[in-house]
Amino acid sequence: MDTIFTRGPSLNIRLTLALVLSVTLIFVDHKMDGFKSTRVYLNSLMSPLQYIANLPGLMLSESAQRLTSQEQLLAENQKLNNQLLLMSEKLQQFDVIEKENAQLRELLQAPVRESSRKMVAELMAVDKNPYSQQVVINKGAIDGVYPSQPVIDDKGIVGQVMEVGSTNSRVLLLADVTHAIPVRSLRNDIRFIATGSGALNELYLEHVPHSVDIQEGDTLISSGLGKVFPEGYPVATVTQVVRDESRPFARVIATPLANLDRLRHLLLLWKKTNPERDGKDETKGEMVNEEESTDA
Amino acid sequence: MRKRNLVIWISLLVALVLQIVPLPTQVDLYRPDWVLVVLAYWSMALPHRVNVGVAFLTGVAMDVLVGTTLGIHSFALSICVYILAANYQRLRNYSVWQQAIIIGLLSSLYHLMTFWVQHLLTDIYFQVDYLWPVLTSMVLWPWVFWLLRRTRRQFSIS
Repeated sequence: MDTIFTRGPSLNIRLTLALVLSVTLIFVDHKMDGFKSTRVYLNSLMSPLQYIANLPGLMLSESAQRLTSQEQLLAENQKLNNQLLLMSEKLQQFDVIEKENAQLRELLQAPVRESSRKMVAELMAVDKNPYSQQVVINKGAIDGVYPSQPVIDDKGIVGQVMEVGSTNSRVLLLADVTHAIPVRSLRNDIRFIATGSGALNELYLEHVPHSVDIQEGDTLISSGLGKVFPEGYPVATVTQVVRDESRPFARVIATPLANLDRLRHLLLLWKKTNPERDGKDETKGEMVNEEESTDA
Repeated sequence: MRKRNLVIWISLLVALVLQIVPLPTQVDLYRPDWVLVVLAYWSMALPHRVNVGVAFLTGVAMDVLVGTTLGIHSFALSICVYILAANYQRLRNYSVWQQAIIIGLLSSLYHLMTFWVQHLLTDIYFQVDYLWPVLTSMVLWPWVFWLLRRTRRQFSIS
């Protein structure tokens, strides 16, 4: 039924309209960040599709769980029990050390570190865009997730929350080209900035002078200076140091400690809140000051 | 009328889901452009129903799903579908294999355009690996063509 009267505007006009709209969308979204609140609605609107897309994988892993033999389960149980024993032994020591640390901090009149709220999230989808490294997790605004919230796994820092939907949210990984994290070396407390390379297993340390004491195998932990990530979580190990004197800086490559390519269960961290002052965002400034004073 | 439009939208939704289904990283490289292929079929078969407007909306949905800056996929898809809708009379007369080549060309245009726009926004580098979907989309085209033509005739959408 394509009579002349039902056609509407011509194809060229439609194309021009669509392109102009697209370019405005790109401009507003990228340069002015104008869709912060709209994105939440859009993400929530689209999340059913993501849940559907996640179904096949979910069913596969379910059936795999059902089909595991008793032997395997027993072996796994044994392994987990052993791990639990080792961990609880470590934890006993840790309790003592934590108390001691708190006492020492009190003696020094340094602020005592509070433990923060945590929540386990599951991976829903890995991003399909080859130009960026993101994953989608199954916790959202309903669970109190907020933008730029730190996300870790059992090995180290994974990244930060980029966009929040109502029931799921998008996490930008450490290895993304647009991501950078302030770190320090565990061995000698030298500060660096680790930026993503776009490849999952590589981070670059930027602007490292040739004379800096950094070696292959050094562990980098988060320094907490960027106000986003909490202090002291492991981030990466240095794998390659090239001191080419013809270049202005040494080229240092590190590998993230978190298994970014096989994420499954993730941990969301909330900002530390002091019991005296309630409210999440108001304490932000003060928390930073505390961290700086502990760094000094 | 409503029911027929519904079929088109459902096919697009299925394509969107297939575009984001999690796959192992080795296979993921070869994921065909489901959305582009389905849009291409509809814009060739019913250019007065499905053209730039639908492509734009699907592109925005894709941007939200894939997490790119809003507007990138809608930009690329609008241009691809414009080319198809403007030349549909000629393209319909081609054999399926010739159409597959056209789809391949469009798919590479699509990937280059999304790369190019994102290259302007962030500093990313191009790898030839990103063009594997072009080949798989070409292979996919005859099958999608056959399937969608059957559904179109089944529901007698015109």
